[in-house]
Amino acid sequence: MSSAAATRPVEFEDVQGLVRFGYRHLTQACFLLLRVKNADAARTWLANAPVTSAIARKPPPRVAMQVAFTSAGLRALGMADDIVEGFSAEFIAGMGSDESRARRLGDLGASDPALWQWGAAQRMPHVLLMLYSVPGGLDVWLRTVTAQCEAGFEELACLTTSDMDGVEPFGFVDGIAQPRVDWDRQRAARDEEQFEYTNLACLGEFLLGYPNEYGGYTDRPLLDVERDPTAMLARAEDAPDKADLGRNGSYLVLRQLRQDVAGFWRFIDRQAGGNPALRRKLAEAMVGRTMEGEPLVRRTRQAIVGTEDPLDSFTYRDDPAGLRCPFGAHIRRSNPRNADLPPGDAGFISRLVRRLGFGADALRDDLVASTRFHRLLRRGREYGGGEDTGLHFICLGANIARQFEFVQNAWLAGTKFDGLSGESDPLLGHRMPGPDGTPTDAFSMPAASGPDRRMSGLPQFVTVQGGAYFFLPGIRALRYLAKVHP
Amino acid sequence: MVVAALAAGRESSLRQLLETMNVTPGVVDPSNALLPFVAFERLHFARFALLDDSTLGDLEAFGLPRPRVPLYLTFLGECDGPREAQLAEFAERAGQGLRRIFSHCQGFDAAADLLAWLMAHDLPVAVRYVNWIGRTVQQIRQESALQRALSSRVPRGVADAVDTDLQAMRHELVAFVQAELSAGRLALTPPEPTPPGWQLRNSIHVFGVPLIGLVVLPFVIVLLPIFIVLLRSHEIRDPEFCPRPSRAAVLAMQRLEDHDVTNSFTALGPVKPGLFRRWLLQVLLVLIDYACRHVFARGHLARVRTIHFARWVFLDDKTRVLFASNYDGSHESYMDDFINKVAWGLNLVFSNGFGWPRTDWLIKGGARRELRFKYYQRGHQLPTQVWYKAYPGLTLSDLARNQRIREGLERGDMNEAQVLEWLALL
Repeated sequence: MSSAAATRPVEFEDVQGLVRFGYRHLTQACFLLLRVKNADAARTWLANAPVTSAIARKPPPRVAMQVAFTSAGLRALGMADDIVEGFSAEFIAGMGSDESRARRLGDLGASDPALWQWGAAQRMPHVLLMLYSVPGGLDVWLRTVTAQCEAGFEELACLTTSDMDGVEPFGFVDGIAQPRVDWDRQRAARDEEQFEYTNLACLGEFLLGYPNEYGGYTDRPLLDVERDPTAMLARAEDAPDKADLGRNGSYLVLRQLRQDVAGFWRFIDRQAGGNPALRRKLAEAMVGRTMEGEPLVRRTRQAIVGTEDPLDSFTYRDDPAGLRCPFGAHIRRSNPRNADLPPGDAGFISRLVRRLGFGADALRDDLVASTRFHRLLRRGREYGGGEDTGLHFICLGANIARQFEFVQNAWLAGTKFDGLSGESDPLLGHRMPGPDGTPTDAFSMPAASGPDRRMSGLPQFVTVQGGAYFFLPGIRALRYLAKVHP
Repeated sequence: MVVAALAAGRESSLRQLLETMNVTPGVVDPSNALLPFVAFERLHFARFALLDDSTLGDLEAFGLPRPRVPLYLTFLGECDGPREAQLAEFAERAGQGLRRIFSHCQGFDAAADLLAWLMAHDLPVAVRYVNWIGRTVQQIRQESALQRALSSRVPRGVADAVDTDLQAMRHELVAFVQAELSAGRLALTPPEPTPPGWQLRNSIHVFGVPLIGLVVLPFVIVLLPIFIVLLRSHEIRDPEFCPRPSRAAVLAMQRLEDHDVTNSFTALGPVKPGLFRRWLLQVLLVLIDYACRHVFARGHLARVRTIHFARWVFLDDKTRVLFASNYDGSHESYMDDFINKVAWGLNLVFSNGFGWPRTDWLIKGGARRELRFKYYQRGHQLPTQVWYKAYPGLTLSDLARNQRIREGLERGDMNEAQVLEWLALL
């Protein structure tokens, strides 16, 4: 880990653009799920496929294409087993692969992988082709691309999207909070405790081949240089004698989440008893923001590193009892916004006391900490409208287990999050009783003047229709895997 | 904790027998025919695990001899009161089932006294951690029933009036509980007095260990520079060995996990060879045992609030250490707590284990080397064939909350703020 290596600038031309941009101006998009039909033809196309890089262009591109692979896809393209085994265990196994993962992710009942439209068993995609376009251009772009690649692939599904102008189907402004990726590599590449919540995240949290928040490199396939005789791949920063197949790549999590919009509002209407102000208040308490996106807690006076958006400038430090934003609100669960130690004086003794777990008398103090290791870079798109509508949830990260799976399991699906009991995420929960029969279908809102207000009998509002873990390679790695390697 | 070597050729038969105690792998039948756990009212947790340690081969990777140790069966549990009494109760009420299980072990004589055999195979525990010393199974169950009864009684609808008279609400709830208690639908048994013998031993321990520390302090000061030199030279030289565990092995353990809000963890590994690590580990475990008994006995082990019980036990002439715990949440959250909250504490003990990620100054590095630590930890974990918990669905934060609810109920008058705080718990 030499300092020269650590300051090596990011090669944007080697990173797929989605890591850096959300392509908000490309309002049309569709996601093709493909299976390899003819590996030779597939590789031939991939070797020159017009993948959009992360270089900032003026004017911005009018169309974009991104390519990602499941582990089954890498194998179908002929990647050697021992190289595939260099990827993370979660990626290799896949999202819908086994019952224990389904238990952890809360994919039970109506969200059981056995019922998915795609992503499990025989309906496993090999390649995800993400196509984006300015308004009106998607049809032509889709036809162009499918004509190019149809010799190598067959279509499993085409996930369409709808431009809802930044509002998700329930009616809330979405996609506000995002970690700021440290593209300039300002953060020192070392294991250092953070005493304040920061929104600036190490590059290695999202891109493989760079140091992460622990100052370490996430495992990914590192190849002997003989397997890369023409030096198509970059050399690894942490192992200069190895070719880094992961560098500038990321894992991409895709989940098709169908939203029962009518059921959501019907339930809230019943709870509110026809009171329109209460109706809105309840829905906003479940989300943790107003429908316009304003957080329910007050903004912080001090600036948060890595955040300029006023809608994102807050923590829950001034709301320890959950009176403004309930503990179980969706955004409080998905990003608790805290530092490595509970707040307190900067003195050595004070920190020592807190490190030993004292000075945290309140029931839920310090149950949840160190948010920075569990950040998700979200790139989802809404789909449908009317009856069949929802979100194609997409997030990027370098460690699926520590990022997506942890957040989904411990924070969202968890029925004991932050000292709560009997409830999971108010939007995403499956509502099935726990193994011991205790209900999980409540939502509680702490009140300043009495016991918690509580809604119970929440129905399931969101059903998983499909999902998979993909590897979104760097562009050099993409060209490398398009070649046959014995 | 009973540990016994398996008789030759009996492993697969034992595995099959243990599996009959489960409904499905990872989910015990609490009233199973062999050992109906639920019938033992002082029992918090219990488990059977085969100590099939594949990491002994790690030593060979560095040219060190592989220890010849038998395959053990361990039976361990956490109970209220003395363990001798619990073992006697097991032997008396489930003797037949236990005989069937332990007949797979070397030297077991079905005709001999079972209790004497169990006691003879009971290993001393080097460190025992209890989240809340003195909280009994009976108390946990009664307080949970109290919480459920009160919780369903509280007016908390979203459209209900907000400006209620809190004192009146509390009085109404207290009266409700009184009525339920008289009707026998709830019970709140007063805690039994702590046995005087326990108190005496505890007091001797609380002062005795620091006193001994004071006596040896001059030697410690004199030897400290030598210790530091030795420690650093070991830390630099000690091999690190954290290969990624096979996906099949991890999946086999994941299949047993997350059936309840609490999980079990059983891990085993060799101590680093040489006297330095062996002695250092013993001294550290004495200190940690002291901290667990007298400092961290009230709801948290340093910053970790999710461990119900944990223990370290030496095996095979102190060449191996077994660690067993019961924790809330999934395995990934457990590791997250370990790394982010108590990596220093983990390093103190486990850096004396063979292959542990490299530490600096005994507490730095180590578990903070995220992936290596995660691989090491999973690599040393063993599947727990049978695992019982007396209060499914309840986490430690539930237990702590329910305990506070009861305290608030049994208190006399409260001011407005105290009532509010109490009502918020329900």
